[in-house]
Amino acid sequence: MEKLISKIPDGPLATKWTKYKASVKLVNPANKKKLEIIVIGTGLSGAGASSALGELGYSVKTFCYQDSPRRAHSVAAQGGINAAKNYQNDGDSTYRLFYDMIKGGDFRAREANVYRAAEVSNQVIDHYTALGVPFARDYGGTLDTRSFGGVQVSRTFYSKGQTGQQCLLGVYSSLNRQIKKGNVTMYPRREMLDLVLVDGKARGIIARNLLTGEIERHAAHAVVLATGGYGTIYFLSTLAVNSNASAAWKAHKKGAFFANPSFVQIHPTCVPQLNEFQSKLTLMSESLRNDGRVWVPKTKGDSRPANDIPEEERDYFLERRYPAFGNLVPRDVASRATKERCDAGFGIGDTGLAVNLDFRDSIKKQGKKAIENKYGNLFDMYKTITGIDSYEEPMRIYPAGHYTMGGLWVDYELMTTIPGLYAIGESNFSDHGANRLGASSLMQASGDGYFILPNTISNYLADEIRVPKISTNKPEFAEAEKTVIERLNKFISIKGRQTAASFHKRLGKIMWDYCGMVRNEEGLKKAQVLINVLREEFWKDLNIPGEYTELNQELEKAGRVADYFELAELLVTDALDRNESCGAHFREEYQTPEGEALRNDEKFAYVAAWEYTGEGKPHILHKEELKFEEVEMKVRSYK
Amino acid sequence: MKLTLKIWRQKNPKAKGNFETYIMDNVSPKMAFLEMLDALNKRLVEEHKDPVAFDHDCREGICGSCGMYINGHPHGPVPAITTCSLSMRYFKDGDTIWVEPWRAKPFPVIKDLIVDRSAFDKIQIAGGFISVNTGAAPEANSILIQKKKSDDAFDSAICIGCGACVAACKNASAMLFVSAKISQFALLPQGRVEARERVRAMVEKMDELGFGNCSNTGACEAECPKEIKLVNIARLNREYYKAF
Amino acid sequence: MSKVLFSSITKKFTMALAGLFMLTFLPLHLFINLMLLKSEPGPFNTAAHFMATFPVIKIIEVVLFAAILIHISYGIWLQIRNWLSRPVGYVSGNKSDISFFSKFMIWTGAIILTFLILHWFNFYFIKLGIVKGNPEDFYSVAHNLFKIPAYDIIYLSCFALLGFHLFHAFYSAFQTLGLNHRIWSPVVKVIAFIYAVIIPAGFAFISITLWLFR
Repeated sequence: MEKLISKIPDGPLATKWTKYKASVKLVNPANKKKLEIIVIGTGLSGAGASSALGELGYSVKTFCYQDSPRRAHSVAAQGGINAAKNYQNDGDSTYRLFYDMIKGGDFRAREANVYRAAEVSNQVIDHYTALGVPFARDYGGTLDTRSFGGVQVSRTFYSKGQTGQQCLLGVYSSLNRQIKKGNVTMYPRREMLDLVLVDGKARGIIARNLLTGEIERHAAHAVVLATGGYGTIYFLSTLAVNSNASAAWKAHKKGAFFANPSFVQIHPTCVPQLNEFQSKLTLMSESLRNDGRVWVPKTKGDSRPANDIPEEERDYFLERRYPAFGNLVPRDVASRATKERCDAGFGIGDTGLAVNLDFRDSIKKQGKKAIENKYGNLFDMYKTITGIDSYEEPMRIYPAGHYTMGGLWVDYELMTTIPGLYAIGESNFSDHGANRLGASSLMQASGDGYFILPNTISNYLADEIRVPKISTNKPEFAEAEKTVIERLNKFISIKGRQTAASFHKRLGKIMWDYCGMVRNEEGLKKAQVLINVLREEFWKDLNIPGEYTELNQELEKAGRVADYFELAELLVTDALDRNESCGAHFREEYQTPEGEALRNDEKFAYVAAWEYTGEGKPHILHKEELKFEEVEMKVRSYK
Repeated sequence: MKLTLKIWRQKNPKAKGNFETYIMDNVSPKMAFLEMLDALNKRLVEEHKDPVAFDHDCREGICGSCGMYINGHPHGPVPAITTCSLSMRYFKDGDTIWVEPWRAKPFPVIKDLIVDRSAFDKIQIAGGFISVNTGAAPEANSILIQKKKSDDAFDSAICIGCGACVAACKNASAMLFVSAKISQFALLPQGRVEARERVRAMVEKMDELGFGNCSNTGACEAECPKEIKLVNIARLNREYYKAF
Repeated sequence: MSKVLFSSITKKFTMALAGLFMLTFLPLHLFINLMLLKSEPGPFNTAAHFMATFPVIKIIEVVLFAAILIHISYGIWLQIRNWLSRPVGYVSGNKSDISFFSKFMIWTGAIILTFLILHWFNFYFIKLGIVKGNPEDFYSVAHNLFKIPAYDIIYLSCFALLGFHLFHAFYSAFQTLGLNHRIWSPVVKVIAFIYAVIIPAGFAFISITLWLFR
């Protein structure tokens, strides 16, 4: 217990951050240049942090596995970014945004962090606008907003269906400015393969140059992980296929606690699987649910084309079950309701694993032009993938793994349990509780990177100013490097028959079937066995061609899959340990008679932070009790 | 479907490289092009052969990682999409498909179908930004922007940096790429402040890196997966003259 | 400053301006040539004499030659860089949906240049005294040349190529100068087409008439 000190400042919620900033230790400008910081990842949080730290004068070294920082997966976020600007005069405020997030997260997030995320959201919008991000505008020249699932105000800023891309290109541009100024050194096509600790503090990384295979040592006074989520543990997900948890997992094995790993968001509106070789599932923005109605036929196995099914034979199940929010219920609720209908045999298409998302009524009411203006590129995208014209017939959608609320445990300063190691953006656990609301991911990642970390990191670095440049010749670096190379060679030396991807696919299937949208004790226990069996097979029958000293994409995959086996085990353990249903974590044993999630606040109002204790040894659970001083824990109802 | 693939194989940047022929049986029209390559790679690895290296990531047409020159077109014969969004339903049983890497001096081949596109980053680093520090931004709605201008800026800003424009251009010119960024900032009041320095720096870097000259053939526009228009190039030219 | 003066865009700007200037000369040349259709040599020879001696024209002539020189040298300069920018080509070729003639500007340009040199041997160099002949009677020179079928065939093919060259060049110059407009650019394209058809057609008409019908 004593290991989890959340460092939440005293005082009223609304003044905590201001007070913190006013009292935080600072580093003087002359000393900043001497302090080196490593940032892993160049999404909104990583590139944002790199540029903000560069602007402050620190020496920043930034890494990404892609060929360019502009390709980080933040680029794929579609819908928008929230801020409590209240431009619509619809009653929005920092408090309401905070409250919506706390409620949406089913009361499993830390109040102080969430409030701060809401607080800096307005600055994020100001900053992006100044950077030239072309957010949608109204005719008067002001910024436009739209509403998103799970809330009743319109606070989501957007750039058509490419908000993530536009924001990412914004941070990429500010990163480039710092690269030009020499404050940031960019290392693309590098994968972090281990974290190096010196005297218990994070002091560097071992990275592999993905082009040459060269193993590199990089040292710094602090390390920031901005490595995103682990949604690809399901193999098929909405994530980029190379997204992975390896950097975070390596940090975990070096002592950073992993929090709430089982909190995984399954996004309700994705293009269903089309073939057995499918490599990913494409997300169709949640904003579509503003105008699209979700339905299945009332008769089981009704195979008529959607347009031939008359109105009275359609079951608009979200509107039926949740009249207050209708099609705009939060993602976890929509996903589960979809799964429930499909499992009951009402699904459509060849597989029965899809439901309709129908725009017929909206097109009738608003005209095709209006719908095209709002969602044109999404409709085009859908047509490109499936060949179906959604102006004429409904889209077919099904849930897919999307966002991981769980991640490395961090305190109020975003520092993990390893001194000097920070985790920001999706890679930490902090702001979304058990479920993330739409458009709050870009908001949190940007806030963490641009506005929060640059303030909190000085509190640590202020005590490091006397520490000279860290040498990579220290024995700790040599040892970490040796371990990394041994492991790489081990993958290659197995010389079995199966590819890394085929193991990944099978692991993903186990996770999806037993630890996906709906979980139960029996299934989770079965998953534990299956994961172990598969993992053993992996280490016996993996087939990796080539050497580690060259460009070797199969080897990259193998490392990521191997880490996923370990994370999968922890994910299942966490799901099994949490004997309640909350947010995206739905345990069948814990539900109301109407089939809604049943929380157990008495026993489970805590963050589960897991400590790694060694190869093959069980993780130790540390609990950070969640104290709700501002809000009252209520049953989350969207009815 | 049964397809014949002719794929460029090149071990490393210095190796000579050649086309290898692969026969693919049982290709489903529901597969995506890259999924077909995944299937090929699975087979190659199982046969203990070196799989085909190619860049890819998001697989939904937005990250700009993927890029192959397929049958005479960057990103294949279907307009306005990236390679990862290319469905196999656009090919016929018995087709022969040529797959080549981007070809341009500033994009040297690294391995097989992977090329080095860091030249694009270098151009952006030269000036593709608005100089504003974190925390220095004014209240967002204090900058009013005509909706039309803002929408036009967006249409330029959606470039994914894949390099198809360079690959398609007979001169390997990067003008469409550069002009898209220049246009985005030229259209917005925030970007006007340092428009002069930006356009000069970016064009100078573009020239230095060895890209060819635009001869207005329009191949870039025809092949751009995000349908970025030639008007951007005219605007870049204008911006450049203004900066004299 | 040299980086700006000799940047890719400035070079193209210069080349476009030079090209556009050359475009103004062609209609005048055609107008004078039309006098070849008259049965008496007087008007044509007078016009030719005027062109050869009038001081203002002499000045413009210098500018014109400078334009030709710049257009050609810059064209070659830019083209070499373009070739160097793609050292390895595509086996599957380029099937992009683009204007056919825009791909061959350097070649149509080169052929037109060859013709231009031939043309200078036939006329301009006589005036300069480099080649023997009577500079006061270009009418007869022209009539005699057009009677040679081989010359007519070369002449006609070159003007066809000139048309192709002009069609892309006209529109392209506007784009290079940054003069792109939602409404006017399509108009420019139409004018380019008309210009690229009428000018070569006019020259061709004279050639065919003198060759076959006189």
